[in-house]
Amino acid sequence: MTEEQAPVAAPESGALTDEDVILELNDVRTYFELDEGTLKAVDGVSFAVRRNETLGIVGESGCGKSVTGQSILRIVPKPGDTQGNIWLRRNGETVDLASLHPSGREIRDVRGRDIAMIFQEPMTAFSPVHSVGNQIMEAILVHEDVSKQAARERAIEVLSQVGIPEAERRVDALPHELSGGMRQRAMIAMALVLRPKLLIADEPTTALDVTIQAQILRLMQDLQKEMGMSIMFITHNLGVIANMADQMIVMYLGRVVEQGSVETIFGEPQHPYTQALMESIPRIGLTRGERLSSIAGTVPVPLNPPEECGFSSRCPKFIPGRCDAKVPDMIESSPGHHVRCVLYE
Amino acid sequence: MRAYLVRRFLFMVVGWWLLSVVVFIVIQLPPGDFLTNYIAGQEQAGTFLEREEIESLKLYYGLDRTPIEQYFYWAGRFVVGDLGRSFGSWRSAEQPVTKILAEVLPFTVILSTLALIFTFAVAIPIGIYSATHQYRPGDYFFTAVGFIGLAVPNFMLALLLMYMLFKYFDITAGGLFSPEYALADWSVEKVIDMLQHLVVPVVVLGTAGTASTMRVMRGVLLDELGKQYVITARARGVSERKLLFKYPVRLALNPIVSSTAYILPGIFGGNAIVAIVLSLPMTGPVLLTALRAQDMFLAGSIVMVEGALVIFGTFLSDILLALVDPRIRQERAVAA
Repeated sequence: MTEEQAPVAAPESGALTDEDVILELNDVRTYFELDEGTLKAVDGVSFAVRRNETLGIVGESGCGKSVTGQSILRIVPKPGDTQGNIWLRRNGETVDLASLHPSGREIRDVRGRDIAMIFQEPMTAFSPVHSVGNQIMEAILVHEDVSKQAARERAIEVLSQVGIPEAERRVDALPHELSGGMRQRAMIAMALVLRPKLLIADEPTTALDVTIQAQILRLMQDLQKEMGMSIMFITHNLGVIANMADQMIVMYLGRVVEQGSVETIFGEPQHPYTQALMESIPRIGLTRGERLSSIAGTVPVPLNPPEECGFSSRCPKFIPGRCDAKVPDMIESSPGHHVRCVLYE
Repeated sequence: MRAYLVRRFLFMVVGWWLLSVVVFIVIQLPPGDFLTNYIAGQEQAGTFLEREEIESLKLYYGLDRTPIEQYFYWAGRFVVGDLGRSFGSWRSAEQPVTKILAEVLPFTVILSTLALIFTFAVAIPIGIYSATHQYRPGDYFFTAVGFIGLAVPNFMLALLLMYMLFKYFDITAGGLFSPEYALADWSVEKVIDMLQHLVVPVVVLGTAGTASTMRVMRGVLLDELGKQYVITARARGVSERKLLFKYPVRLALNPIVSSTAYILPGIFGGNAIVAIVLSLPMTGPVLLTALRAQDMFLAGSIVMVEGALVIFGTFLSDILLALVDPRIRQERAVAA
């Protein structure tokens, strides 16, 4: 993996050169040392997030997309360890989050204030014995030196901002008193109360039913415009990506396999994996009785993975001797469109 | 909250009633009634009772009625504090059961409460430590100590502690007071002396529940530590220490609080052998001798009173649970 190239302008020095980039990952690796071997959940991921832009990260379960999100905030569960560079532009300076101690003061300052995160499970995301307001206020009180009363008022304000009716009353509600959709709104309120520059949304609508999903997505778009922030949207749902994102990344087995704008990738998917993913989406106009295609085989577990293209075992275009010779490099096949596949070398 | 408390209170009353039925059956179980035993006992001692005397005793104890009437008679008297008479199994004196209980019950209750507090005070911090240092040397050490604690019988620990205290600190651990204070008037020195003597029994009685409570705390906390709400709190920048005590520890206390109901009977039950080894005025030895002598009113009363206290303890832990967990306070929550 020596000649690995970072796809998006990776500065040598560590300083973010592009004024518009607020977060950049360079060759990030999050490995779990287990008794069975090394689990390479994230294996050399590089990308950048620009101001006010929504970046979609898509992939099947176990492709490392969630761990990538957790790696940025350094909340990867034990025994996960993150290497590489995670540059964040912060107060005019560049901080490498990967170099910080995961429970130290500096990363805690970043969490919630610069980068906030919302999660898939609105049912369990709040402590069941503390009120929703208490947990939103905590986010404020941890970072700012304000009175409890002021924090409470801001909690009420942000709750009504995310469309929770009677916020003055709901602020004291326990999580189980709110419906799933309301809880997801409350979680968004908690994440956005400090107006972070970047919101990492890890499958935020997966646990909700479809009508509520649409409401939550709309809410996130509205708030993004209102507050001016970037969103990193992690999902397995290509439809959501098409709706929400400007740029997108396709991940497979801990690596980025394709990267570009949503239009390019949906218009011309290049990696065999991306193509297979696209073919598995139901579409209007598909001939009745025709079956949706599914990808043969299952996602392997990235436990001591061999040095080859991770998709080679399932790829319909597998070329013996080339795909299993080494991990393919990331290539810029057309301007702004990157793909990791020997077919384009 | 009020509905919850009322319901729990009713459960307690029903529990007491069921207990009283069981205790009454136990009292009635031995062949013959206690009066026959009593008369036989008196005859052995050389006193022959007059016929009228026997009749009046029968009337006093209600033995001429049906068992159901007898139950209500006994229960009615129990409620007003007349627990019947012991016929002399304890200290060979025929005396009211209440008098014997007055000697041993308060001390038993105090000691049991202290033992319970000791259990929690030791087990909860160790459980927290073990869970936050899972599979590290400290965790293994406490796990080992815990299992040894589970395996070593109470009386063995009592003997060991007594021996060590005497050998290395020259303190006699048995009894409630040192000989020089036993008959002295109450004074600061006497209280200090008594507290010194309480250490060993509290440790011995408390250790039994400590090992299991420790394991429960560790297990539940490990479970809670991996929950989403902990990760969410971490993701908003809360420090690890604050996070630990505000969320998972508090939630892990729930099963501990409810397990009081299981620990308390263990402490009451465990006191017989410990009280004998340490010669302490507790209910255990009294119950033992009462059972051996078929002194059923005494035995039944002790079982009844201790059982009632355990049920009361459960009621208290229910209240405590409601204080710790707001979800219980408002059982019927309105979905928004």
